[in-house]
Amino acid sequence: MMDDIRELYQDVILDHGRRPRNLRHPEDATCEARGYNPVCGDKLTVYLKVDDDGIVQDAAFEGNGCAISMASASMMTELIRGRTEAEVSKLFAQFHHMCTIDDASEQQDPDAANALEKLQVLSGVREYPMRVKCATLAWHAVTAALQGEREASTE
Amino acid sequence: MNMEPRSMINPTRADDAYDVERIRQDFPILSCKIHGKPLVYLDNAASAQKPRVVIDRVSRVYEQEYANVHRGVHFLSERATTLYEEAREKVRVFLNAASHKEIVFTRNATEAINLVAASYGSNVLQPGDEIIISELEHHANIVPWQMLRDQKGLKLRIAPISDDGEFLMGEFTKLVGPKTKLVAIAQMSNVLGTVLPVRQIIDIAHQAGAKVLLDACQAVTHLPVDVQALGCDFLVFSGHKLYGPSGIGILYGREQLLAEMPPYMTGGEMINRVTFETTTFAGLPGKFEAGTPAIAQAIGLGAAIDYVTGIGLDAIADHERDVLNYANQRLAAIPGLRLIGTAPGKASVVSFTLDCAHPHDIATIVDRAGVAVRAGHHCAQPLMDRYGIPAATRASIGMYNTRADIDALAHGLEQVRELFA
Repeated sequence: MMDDIRELYQDVILDHGRRPRNLRHPEDATCEARGYNPVCGDKLTVYLKVDDDGIVQDAAFEGNGCAISMASASMMTELIRGRTEAEVSKLFAQFHHMCTIDDASEQQDPDAANALEKLQVLSGVREYPMRVKCATLAWHAVTAALQGEREASTE
Repeated sequence: MNMEPRSMINPTRADDAYDVERIRQDFPILSCKIHGKPLVYLDNAASAQKPRVVIDRVSRVYEQEYANVHRGVHFLSERATTLYEEAREKVRVFLNAASHKEIVFTRNATEAINLVAASYGSNVLQPGDEIIISELEHHANIVPWQMLRDQKGLKLRIAPISDDGEFLMGEFTKLVGPKTKLVAIAQMSNVLGTVLPVRQIIDIAHQAGAKVLLDACQAVTHLPVDVQALGCDFLVFSGHKLYGPSGIGILYGREQLLAEMPPYMTGGEMINRVTFETTTFAGLPGKFEAGTPAIAQAIGLGAAIDYVTGIGLDAIADHERDVLNYANQRLAAIPGLRLIGTAPGKASVVSFTLDCAHPHDIATIVDRAGVAVRAGHHCAQPLMDRYGIPAATRASIGMYNTRADIDALAHGLEQVRELFA
């Protein structure tokens, strides 16, 4: 197997892609949004349960797409639980940066640093510009859901 | 000024047996390495690579022959105009159209279809009229008709295909009636490779008094297309799929129909006399070529036609059929691989899904082995829906592909399975 391919498809990604976590439609979701990437046809819906304090209590998704988009959605549902909208938004900004620009930025907050470290396995998409949207689709959908929109734009 | 062509490598000619290795040498890009691997280009249905004669022809226009056409009396303008019109004549001969007036240069096939929809469609079609397209159309032959339907209160009817991807003639015949005014249909599917029985479709449509537009984008590179023998009313294709430059497309239309149609775009080039009160339009085909056209690209398309016809479309088709048959066998042996489109007589396109991997992952992985394939919906989302799949991987074969290219793809797919299965 080619090394650069293994760099993109690390075991963690293959595992999440094969057995996505939180692949379900929770009955008690308070908001949801669809994400669609017209370039490749990746399609998913993110469901969130946000409490009165604005904290994400539950995150799940349904959909289908490539291994990168499924793994990213799966990992995201695990990482955003317990975070506020502002924290999710900041984490996405940092993750997006990691997926597009090759400069490891110093992370002060140890919890966020831990989350970003987990997301690091997806940063291989940097070398594949057409695949960046696969990695960020679920995050765009979560952003839309938290803003009360039904449809995410990946533009 | 020296107008003689630079010395060029002699392109392959028809009197040689089909020598794919020699043909490959005519295409400079095929000696490129991609990710350190020799390029295996299997995305010809999206766009084909260019032979040296086309690249050199376009360069020569810019280096020695370029000026605007149909305007100046100076030497270069006359020269460019002659070459541009010679290119039109090459297209006329290629399609066996009755007159050069029936050949309109456009940007691409999409623009040509939009031209017919906007000019013929909105001028001739009336509320309640029906347009028939098929289930396997490219978006370019769906969306313009949907827009026209909504503007004019038309009905759009869809001729179905079988699970194998075969056009269902009986079902089509049932859709054709007195309200049918236009049948707009692909001559060959860009996803399934199905070659449609267009001669029969045209006969049935004409018996009902309907006109027929053929989307020949895929067909022109694989089979001889003769508009008079087919009897079609309109036919469109793009130059870039025929080994020519991008930015040039063709609309063929029957002279009488084109003559009755209003201009599509207006401006310079397409006029006869302009005052601030009124304008009279140029005759055919200038009426439909507003503004400065794609001059070098048109001349480059002429060179591509010379190249392709020099080798011979029949010889190309025979060679491609051999590679296609090999691809079908080789890929069908891969566990979990499902071929999409298995109609008898299909040409040059192999679309498939793998049960263990998404088309995008497949395309990324084989790309690292130097193999260029297309993944996605192939601008045919309704067709993907028909097959219940979000996307497919497509390998499309051109005149320079070999069995070894298919082996490289198969090897790449084995790596995909190694990773995902």
